[in-house]
Amino acid sequence: MTGPAPAAPQVVVPDLSLVVLVGVSGSGKSTFARRHFRATQVLSSDACRGLVADDENDQSATPLAFDLLHHIAGVRLTAGRLTVVDATNVKRQDRARLVALARDHDVLPVAVVLDVPEAVCLARNAARPDRDLPAGVVRRQRAELHRGLRGLAREGFRKVTVLHGVEEVEAAQVVYERQYNDRRDDAGPFDVIGDVHGCRPELEALLERLGWVLRRDGAGRPVGAEHPEGRRAVFLGDLVDRGPDTPGVLRLVMGMVAAGTALAVPGNHEHKLVRALRGRDVRVTHGLAESLAQLSAETEAFRAEVAEFCHGLVSHYVLDGGALVVAHAGLPERLQGRSSARVRDFALYGETTGETDEYGLPVRYAWAQDYRGRATVLYGHTPVPEPEWVTATLCLDTGCVFGGRLTALRWPERELVSVPAQRVWAEPARPFPAGAAAAAPSAAPATAPQRDPGVLDVDDVLGRRVVETRHGRRIAVREEHAAAAIEVMSRFAVAPAALRWLPPTMSPPDTSALPGLLEHPAEAFAHYRAEGVAHLVCQEKHMGSRAVALVHRDGSGATWTRTGRPFFAPGLAGAFAGRLAAAAEAAGLFAELGTGWLLLDAEILPWSVKAGDLIRGQYAAVGAAARAALPAAVDVLRRAAGRGVDVGDMVATQTQRADDARAFTTAYRHHCWPTDGLEGVAVAPFQLLATEGATYHDRPHAWHLGLADRLADADPQLVRRTRRRDVDVTDPASEAAATAWWEELTAGSGEGVVVKPAGNLVRGRRGLVQPGLKVRGREYLRIVYGPDYTRPQHLERLRGRHLGRKRSLALREYALGLEALERAARGEPLWRVHECVFAVLALESEPVDPRL
Amino acid sequence: MLLTLSTTHRPATDLGFLLGKHPGRAQSVEVSTGRAHVLYPEASEDRCTVALLLEVDPVGLARGPKGTAQAAFSLGQYVNDRPYAASSLLAVALGRVFASARRGTSKERPELAATPLPLEVNVPALSCQGGPALAERFFAPLGWSVQARALPLDERFPEWGDARTVALRLTGEHRLADALNHLYVALPVLDGAKHYWVAPDEVDKLVRAGEGWLAAHPDRELITRRYLVHRGSLTRQALARLAEVDDATPETLDDATEPARTAPPLVAQRHAAVLAELRSAGARRVLDLGCGGGALLPALLAEPSFEEVVGADVSHRALEEAARRLHLERMPERQRARITLLQTALTYTDARLRGYDAAVLMEVVEHVDPDRLPALEHAVFGAAAPGTVVVTTPNAEHNVRYEWLAPGTLRHRDHRFEWTRAEFAAWAERAAAAHGYGVRLVAVGPEDPEVGPPTQMAVFFRVAT
Repeated sequence: MTGPAPAAPQVVVPDLSLVVLVGVSGSGKSTFARRHFRATQVLSSDACRGLVADDENDQSATPLAFDLLHHIAGVRLTAGRLTVVDATNVKRQDRARLVALARDHDVLPVAVVLDVPEAVCLARNAARPDRDLPAGVVRRQRAELHRGLRGLAREGFRKVTVLHGVEEVEAAQVVYERQYNDRRDDAGPFDVIGDVHGCRPELEALLERLGWVLRRDGAGRPVGAEHPEGRRAVFLGDLVDRGPDTPGVLRLVMGMVAAGTALAVPGNHEHKLVRALRGRDVRVTHGLAESLAQLSAETEAFRAEVAEFCHGLVSHYVLDGGALVVAHAGLPERLQGRSSARVRDFALYGETTGETDEYGLPVRYAWAQDYRGRATVLYGHTPVPEPEWVTATLCLDTGCVFGGRLTALRWPERELVSVPAQRVWAEPARPFPAGAAAAAPSAAPATAPQRDPGVLDVDDVLGRRVVETRHGRRIAVREEHAAAAIEVMSRFAVAPAALRWLPPTMSPPDTSALPGLLEHPAEAFAHYRAEGVAHLVCQEKHMGSRAVALVHRDGSGATWTRTGRPFFAPGLAGAFAGRLAAAAEAAGLFAELGTGWLLLDAEILPWSVKAGDLIRGQYAAVGAAARAALPAAVDVLRRAAGRGVDVGDMVATQTQRADDARAFTTAYRHHCWPTDGLEGVAVAPFQLLATEGATYHDRPHAWHLGLADRLADADPQLVRRTRRRDVDVTDPASEAAATAWWEELTAGSGEGVVVKPAGNLVRGRRGLVQPGLKVRGREYLRIVYGPDYTRPQHLERLRGRHLGRKRSLALREYALGLEALERAARGEPLWRVHECVFAVLALESEPVDPRL
Repeated sequence: MLLTLSTTHRPATDLGFLLGKHPGRAQSVEVSTGRAHVLYPEASEDRCTVALLLEVDPVGLARGPKGTAQAAFSLGQYVNDRPYAASSLLAVALGRVFASARRGTSKERPELAATPLPLEVNVPALSCQGGPALAERFFAPLGWSVQARALPLDERFPEWGDARTVALRLTGEHRLADALNHLYVALPVLDGAKHYWVAPDEVDKLVRAGEGWLAAHPDRELITRRYLVHRGSLTRQALARLAEVDDATPETLDDATEPARTAPPLVAQRHAAVLAELRSAGARRVLDLGCGGGALLPALLAEPSFEEVVGADVSHRALEEAARRLHLERMPERQRARITLLQTALTYTDARLRGYDAAVLMEVVEHVDPDRLPALEHAVFGAAAPGTVVVTTPNAEHNVRYEWLAPGTLRHRDHRFEWTRAEFAAWAERAAAAHGYGVRLVAVGPEDPEVGPPTQMAVFFRVAT
């Protein structure tokens, strides 16, 4: 570059905005867009014309092209993507549509004007053979552009940059500006404090209770505070009005904000106070009079400082990587991290239904009950007697000024800390606490959000969904799988409130290379060795049906199958839960674990209890047909051979098949025996999934099986022990012993073993490790692969089984199950638990080889 | 799987000429489903028997027919009686191996091919959905003397009863071609359920094989229907997989469109009663919640005063059936704009159902487990909150008037309960009071002085707040 370059003009663009390029044809908009933005961010009217008319210059296609452009822009903005519109946009009505679009999506519209001399534009257009603009078009466009230039801010553009001349356009640099509300990089820890309303004594007490050290001025007034652990305070608005010392509260909070030890969002009371201080005509109600009176005793400078502070507050903040949102009246997900008048209004006032209640106050839309967002929302605004989680939201306004409490939530610890009001400072328009009074259902969508933990919405489960899990990251559920699952879930499953877990599917190990075998423990041991897991436990696989049992101490409970359906008919279900509860009581489990209920993962035997129809309709039918057909075939072949007809080796083959069919029949019979009520039924629990507020997947299997043994000792008729062997896969002798045990178990028709990491939940080299691998016996596998799967030519083909999908499914379902248990243990709302359980069911309808 | 055919026509060995297969040799032919062997266990002047033995490749079978990459996702497709019990697979082999005999042509013995012969057919294991009775129903009208014996499922468990496999023996005088064609059609028809892939040309095959006898068969409709079994939709396959996971049969989870047994006039009376209530409420936008296969939807659409009709059901298959019933895809645009079908579950709230004038829950609540009724009440009265809600349900007291209903049983196997009039009234009044509705109870169908009407209806109307 030669000579001193002028300072490069800067184009400031908020990182979520609709950037509208304005410039005549040939002014270099597309080049500018290409240089400064990603291709996917730029929507060009020419390209859209091409998409709808196969010709970028077909002017008759312009209306359709703009329909398309606006549609794509809308979709992008809904998804929270910065979008650049590359069109002339010299007409006011064209720009107005874009401003409206930005506002509809609560993002800021930004204008960037490229004002380039006419001659340059004409020359550029002339150089493009495909562009055949009639004479005078560029001149008319320029005239229109210049007419509109000064009114751009009035049109609603929040930032307007005009680049004059080719040089400025060439030199310009785009600078991204983070939105004021975006503080995702700020992870706290925070003490989030509800509505203070001028209650300075209580605020001081609360801060001290939270461990803050107050800083005071010469007059002893608190003017700041620091926390020894570097915590920050977040004030949820409505610092002012009604209470005894609004100026004192402001002095303290303003000092903390200025020192960087606190953040504050505005409340509706600050909003009104600013207007009053600036001399606007506002109705002096709801405690504003007290504030104005108290502030009139302060200096003019202080009042100006207050007005400045309140005016500068940002409507809401997104904090801690997007996990936390704070706003005075709360904020639905679609408005979080956005900027518009609507966002500000919602954050300040919430949404009202347009009706008023019997006290003349607006009836509020209970947004929190419908909230399904990912972020936790902390808010105030509406006094509640007790802070209660409603979905993922919590109201921290506990009506201090009305004689309630001043409350804070420690984030991320989620601990509530509060101090009581010293006295009733103001009488509310509506009786407080609301909880006692607002029981009448006719007062319907009342102010205090009514927690309804039992309500589930179809949006919690239907459609394509992604569930965030701690152990398995993000797990997607496809729409058609959810569609099948909802039918089973809503028509056949146990009620969602009880159904807090479904068992994950389990994979076999890699296929064995040993002759005559598909599965062998060696591959399971090798799998875990490769994952770096040395200590394993082999558990006998009971050939029954998987069951999950919820057992309450009072003898009630529910038992469900892998798809959540009740395992037993109602009468039997009660008897079963009662027996298990009695066993748990006798074994002392309720007392020892300090819980009123147990959630057990188990197998219920015999297989024929639940699978009777299937055994009769499928397995027995195979045996019956085979036993009739094969001996007849052998007979026919023998007679033909007797006549001297050459039938090759067919006599031997059919005889072998007849033997296989008999072995198959023996295999399934092994898992059938008659039962009468609970008579003959056995349950083998092998893992304690959860108790009140607790999960146990970090306890070793030895601990779980120890509990199961105690249940078996307490009721040996009903509860069956699970035999097991410990294995150290770094010790060949230990492996050999376990393998011998497997051979012994499966020599008859025993199903086999499940090999699990002894420590239970284990992370390996590539993340979560398979929680178990099932190694099934040779004879048992006839039920799965057919009577004559052991014949060499079949076995060879069967070895090519694809395990990847099954493995992935097993891990995804495992992670979802853990997430469900952990969410339930944390006391999260039902829909949060249910979405995980539902996702397991939906994943189970994925097409995977059922023989694995 | 095995089939033998014998004749006592003299010389019996002429059977070899008719079939075009030499009695002295065993012959093997590759067919699409495995390897078919033709051989003669006996061949004398007096009696000659041909055996058709099909060795099915079970692993190949599970992979589906040639050219389809679709793998099987149901265990039933891997472990089943197909390799053993005679079924459509054997019919395919029979069609291939005895093609010219089936056409009734014979180079060496043309007159014999046109002559009825004394024949005996033995199928030691025949898949026969419907048991010996169905085999009798198929073959007896064709002039066969039928001996069919059901095989026990498992001698170890006599309480399990009979398998769907039958040992079949037929005797009669028939042209050989006719006998082969009877068997060619009978095998898939008697098998019924498991005819996996049905191509469009199956109709032609049936017409050709049935020439001269099917049209006169008293059960020709049943035969045609069972011959042409159709496949289910994707969702249905997904549901079947969920049944699989639970070791259950697909029918357990997929019975949403099976109607409750009831007298036809009652259905019409119920529809009329519901429509009358909707009319008198002045409803314009109407929800049919739990619409099932869409029984009520045509009646709703027939009334222009219902400007918008939404049929909602949890069963994807039910909605597909409703769409078929309404001929949705060729409905005129304006008409089409009035109707929406959507999948939802009434125990979940659904914003799409908000803001309607009226909702119908016709014979729906009794399909919901009692412990989930509060969720349904909240979703309907609390969340969707239409101006009017019409609920119909069976009157349990009336069940004693149905001689076809065993005492103490319910009208449909999926009914979770059936209410007496007092129980229904108590529920309706409580639900109404809890959600700001008033309620009126109406009898539907002839009112029995003792046990009341067969159907009871509650009309809820939202009370202004």
